[in-house]
Amino acid sequence: MNMTTVVLLLSGVGIAAFYAGRSRALRLGGGIDAARHLHSLPGYYGYFVAIWATLPAAFVLLGWLLVRERLLIAWVVTGLPESIRELPPGQLDLLLNNVLNLAVLPDAVAADPVIAAATEHYRAAVEISQWSVAVAVGALAMLGTWLALRLVRPGFRARNRVEAVISRFLVAASSIAILTTIGIVLSVLFEALRFFEQVPLHEFLFGTSWSPQTAIRDDQVGSSGSFGIAPLLAGTLLITLISMLIALPIGLMSAVFTAEYSTSRIRGVVKPLLEVLAGIPTVVYGFFAVLSVAPWVRGLGEALGLDVASESALAAGLVMGVMIIPLISSLADDAIRAVPDSLREGATALGATRYETIVGIILPAAMPGIAGGVLLAVSRAIGETMIVVMAAGLAANLTANPLEAVTTVTVQIVTLLVGDQEFESAKTLAAFALGLMLFVITMLLNVLGLTFVRRYRERYE
Amino acid sequence: MTASTDETGAGPREATTGPTADAIRETCIAIRELDAWYGDIHALRSISLDIAYGEVIALIGPSGCGKTTLLRCLNRLNDEVEGARVAGSVRLDGQEIYARPVDPVALRARVGMVFQKPNPFPKSIYDNVAYGPRIHGLATDRAQLDDIVHVSLERVGLLKEVRDRLDEPGTDLSGGQQQRLCIARTIAVGPEVILMDEPCSALDPIATARIEDLIDELAEDYVIVIVTHSMQQAARVSSRVAYLNHGSLIEVGETNRIFTNPQHKLTEDYITGRIG
Repeated sequence: MNMTTVVLLLSGVGIAAFYAGRSRALRLGGGIDAARHLHSLPGYYGYFVAIWATLPAAFVLLGWLLVRERLLIAWVVTGLPESIRELPPGQLDLLLNNVLNLAVLPDAVAADPVIAAATEHYRAAVEISQWSVAVAVGALAMLGTWLALRLVRPGFRARNRVEAVISRFLVAASSIAILTTIGIVLSVLFEALRFFEQVPLHEFLFGTSWSPQTAIRDDQVGSSGSFGIAPLLAGTLLITLISMLIALPIGLMSAVFTAEYSTSRIRGVVKPLLEVLAGIPTVVYGFFAVLSVAPWVRGLGEALGLDVASESALAAGLVMGVMIIPLISSLADDAIRAVPDSLREGATALGATRYETIVGIILPAAMPGIAGGVLLAVSRAIGETMIVVMAAGLAANLTANPLEAVTTVTVQIVTLLVGDQEFESAKTLAAFALGLMLFVITMLLNVLGLTFVRRYRERYE
Repeated sequence: MTASTDETGAGPREATTGPTADAIRETCIAIRELDAWYGDIHALRSISLDIAYGEVIALIGPSGCGKTTLLRCLNRLNDEVEGARVAGSVRLDGQEIYARPVDPVALRARVGMVFQKPNPFPKSIYDNVAYGPRIHGLATDRAQLDDIVHVSLERVGLLKEVRDRLDEPGTDLSGGQQQRLCIARTIAVGPEVILMDEPCSALDPIATARIEDLIDELAEDYVIVIVTHSMQQAARVSSRVAYLNHGSLIEVGETNRIFTNPQHKLTEDYITGRIG
């Protein structure tokens, strides 16, 4: 019996249990009048029974699915001849893989008698285990239904029980997000630690040269690579700076326009248009950058007698700035509109012009929100990958000149992990160290931003 | 001080009488057949009212009767509301405030306003008061500005309470202090008229009493138009009362007379608590 059938049957039992519980409650409550005698609405009794019928059984099923693979393999290994069990782990794994691959093909028979026997052994184990799990799940479902039905009485507080279960589900749902984050951070952290076993931390943090070329095979003649992150950070910073120089004034001014100057009709047109800008995929911005803006910047630079690289930090930063404009303008617009009208009227009644009101009163009052938006935008710019992969280039120059090609942390992560790589090499592991670095930087920015915003709020609201 | 009645236009403030004198006073604001609309809603219907120098006039009436709208017509604050329209005439010192050459910004420096809910700016106490003088360029140097701020705070009785913490946020003050700060902010600009839109409705009784005392003191120097829901307050602070209902001015007269001997049935119903 396969797992899909078991799940379907369990759902069927759940539905049946719901109706059984509800009708039992109605009957014990006295038919048509039941709602008056029952503690909870009849449906809650149904849900209560359904939960008891399905939840314990579902947990057993889930638990089985989690350990299934490991149990079955252990079972097969115990059935193997002594000589094979003594093999080194690598070879044993290879053999077991063979067995597993053969087992899923219905008619396959291995040439090697040992493997053939193991395959048979495995198939039998799968068959037996699936049946026994199905039986166990079925029994649990029946037992749960029976126990829960016995509890159904007019005075029984079914609603409270059901609501308690629902609140557990809500807790579980929110923990999933948190646990996933912790899991990702830990996995990046451990890989990064393995990297730092090969490359010392101080060399990574303070080295000024980035050239992650290591030998892929032992017999290959390659450089040992240098992993100084400084050029990458400089490139990231440079591009972020350029993009913020574009996005901050334009985004802020457009927010001031939509929030303070435009009539509601103009606002109704402008805001959705800005949001369309936010919906353009970054890869589209990327080829806009590399095909239109980069040549334009180069041409302009040459006309001015400057030496511009064909993939310049300026081009990537400009386009990234355009991409970030809607983010800043939308968040700043919200922050500005959240400023109470009473402040606007207070300033207006003092004889302040609209411009004086905005600059002197509204913007300072909206500052926490605007600052929060800007920090989000900075995080976005630092983490942005596609545009810089396409437009900024790969040359790890340590430079502050926006006309040169630079590379960023995210671009290097992509290039390190694309293509065939040996997982143990410093080159591959460097990607995790870079990822950790990126994570730490954005987290610090967010913490900084939040404390700033909070302190400001405490003072002024 | 002597009353002068020969000239209605542009009378200097020194020519006003004290608030208690019953002499004929010089008109400060002359409202003639004023209509106001918000979109399709006809909020004010043909209001005509003279407000004289030296008086505190209270606008009373049930919710939605147009008291606040009338108040906001006097400093053209309704200009800022989308869909608001005004027809008719309002003259301040004989000068039509809705005339084309009049800049509402300059008008608002002469007609200050205090709002229902205290609305100090999210700035320091000092900057709250200094904001108006700064945007109107009333002080040429820091010492002069300091002087304006101190005098204004002193005037509302706030200086001794906040002298040592002028650089703390105005929003940290108590509700009553905030409202007095807002009044100080208004008089720092040197207006002739102060409009007050239910200035005590968000305050506790003690803070309310302080504001009412303050209104009495300010009445010596400023024309005060106050909207209030409290008839006791109107009786305590005003010299005249105007009763509005459904956008129309029903009755206006000496405070005592209105409360003891209303001429109009609607006024009587309202002050005896039968409507509103």
